[in-house]
Amino acid sequence: MIEAVGLTKRYGDKTAVYNLSFQVRPGAVTGFLGPNGSGKSTTMRMILGLDNPSAGTVTIGGHPYGKLPNAPRQVGALLDAKAVHGGRSARNHLLSLAQLSGIPARRVDEVLGVVGLQEVAKRRSKGFSLGMGQRLGIAAALLGDPQVLLFDEPVNGLDPEGILWVRNLMKALAAEGRTVFVSSHLMSEMALTADHLIVIGRGQLLADMSVTDFISANSADFARVRTPGTEPQQREKLTSALTEAGGHVLPEPDGALRVTGLPLPRISDLAHEADVRLWELSPHRASLEEAYMRMTQGAVDYRSTIDQKAGLMQPLPPGAQPPVQVPGQGQPGWYAPPPPQQGGQPFAPPQPPAPGQAPYGGAPQPYGAPGAVNPYAQPVPPAPAQPSAAPAAPAAPAAPENSAPTKSEDAR
Amino acid sequence: MAATQVVRSEWTKIRSVASTVWTLSLAAVVTIALGMLISALSKNEFGSMGPRERLSFDPTFVSFAGMTLGQLAMIVFGVLVVSNEYSTGMIRTSLAAVPRRGAFLASKVAVATGLALVVGMATGFAAFFLGQAMLGPQLRTTLDAPGVLRAVVGGGLYMTLIAVFSMGVAVMLRSPMLSLGVLMPFFFLVSNILANVSATRKVGQYLPDQAGSRIMRVLPRVGDDTPYGPWGGLGIMVLWVIAALAGGYALLRRRDA
Repeated sequence: MIEAVGLTKRYGDKTAVYNLSFQVRPGAVTGFLGPNGSGKSTTMRMILGLDNPSAGTVTIGGHPYGKLPNAPRQVGALLDAKAVHGGRSARNHLLSLAQLSGIPARRVDEVLGVVGLQEVAKRRSKGFSLGMGQRLGIAAALLGDPQVLLFDEPVNGLDPEGILWVRNLMKALAAEGRTVFVSSHLMSEMALTADHLIVIGRGQLLADMSVTDFISANSADFARVRTPGTEPQQREKLTSALTEAGGHVLPEPDGALRVTGLPLPRISDLAHEADVRLWELSPHRASLEEAYMRMTQGAVDYRSTIDQKAGLMQPLPPGAQPPVQVPGQGQPGWYAPPPPQQGGQPFAPPQPPAPGQAPYGGAPQPYGAPGAVNPYAQPVPPAPAQPSAAPAAPAAPAAPENSAPTKSEDAR
Repeated sequence: MAATQVVRSEWTKIRSVASTVWTLSLAAVVTIALGMLISALSKNEFGSMGPRERLSFDPTFVSFAGMTLGQLAMIVFGVLVVSNEYSTGMIRTSLAAVPRRGAFLASKVAVATGLALVVGMATGFAAFFLGQAMLGPQLRTTLDAPGVLRAVVGGGLYMTLIAVFSMGVAVMLRSPMLSLGVLMPFFFLVSNILANVSATRKVGQYLPDQAGSRIMRVLPRVGDDTPYGPWGGLGIMVLWVIAALAGGYALLRRRDA
């Protein structure tokens, strides 16, 4: 059981953690979530007595960390996988930690086997990949067979097999009645691993609840509405009709509409009244990741801006239109893009719009097909429009072969 | 947590990195080899020396001439033992495992000091015997001559104390580059200049290496007016070392890791 009461940490005039109070209970995996720089690692360090809180206390089993008898046998922690002397072998690193708490050398070989590093136990950790370093850090945390485990971003740099292994390991440790506290900035990972969530932003508590409560409290339902791609004016018409009826309408990257605040039958009725045909009307539930992003978007410290590419932009060929602005991070009203299985193609390959064609395509295209225009991608200008522009050539081969084979060949 | 556990762990740490072997063997080799070279040169030069120089010729101190360079390797050893923890981030793992920071620092310094003492003593005796062999039967002295054993043992202690002083400074400064950047020029140049320029000699003679190296002299320098004897000088150096370690401990205890 980890208990924080009014935990505050200031570095100079910057407050990293402010008045944080929470409990981490045994027998469950507690996820610790927050954007970069939200104070997760600072909190972890204060739990371990490495940083002194400016105010408040944090205790493990009722004791401050420094007062715990034989702390390494009670608490295991992975803070930073790279915090290893690169010239020391994995086994010697673990041996030095084991000797601190009177753990026999036999146990070192055991945990090396558990994390799958027995093959490289004698090698210097300098040559380890990030994933191997992460495994070594997990081995160090498991060394004392502790009842309380802290992991700071344990899946960073792990391969899918390793991620699955960590996920199962956390669950198994919790099932044995241990206290497992895992920090991450990946909501999707935590949704699979954690039973309970503590979410912080800018060092302050945003949520402290079970994962199921978090989902029902934070994920809003919405409807996806799609009008025929051949008739853009129908889309405008429907948008105004739905807005008039009190709905909130946002464009989706693939040209569909995301409607909140109106039940599905009502949307259908409104479309019928406006004489707009629908190609899609589907109910959706925002994913946990979207709920998390919506919750933390006001508390993000390091926010990316839109790359203006000033001076680097290829002049658009005559007739082509600039890409339509879709609400994105850093803009008001931003929301997370839908997950790919919902039809959105956030990572679709760049596709040059044919000259004279609207970005949302006059030709009917299959739902979610690769032909859908990706508004996030910089359109590649068709090479024939600029025969003299040599710099266009490197961009063209990057486009998939099937998207514009003839143009790519022309460019070469 | 028993102190022996922390000491055992620190021993594992110190023996499992290459820098320990490199710095300590470099300290021994440089001190001995340079001492032999200067001894051999002194033997040839002795004939052309003036009567005053001949009178104050100190064969023991001549064989320790390599110490000025050898101590630099000892400084590197002392700095790396401590600042390796900081530069790799290992310090957080270590302090999470040993919440009592005093016990952590004491064990680390004790293990490194023990190792430095063994190497320092071996180097001191080796430099003495090989240096005397170079000086030849006319000039050389023996261990049973008055004050010689004290000087040789003192040479070993001096090397050890230089390493411990560096550890204290490294705990305070944390960064290996900063610690080496402060210590190396200081002991190689600044302290020698301060102690030999007449304007600053009064203060300079109390610097750790100047005071500590007094113990390696069997015969005082001509016109020597230092207000302390061999053991007094070593005592002054010990006070410097204690001050460095105390400063390091005070910072380590208060500072966020």
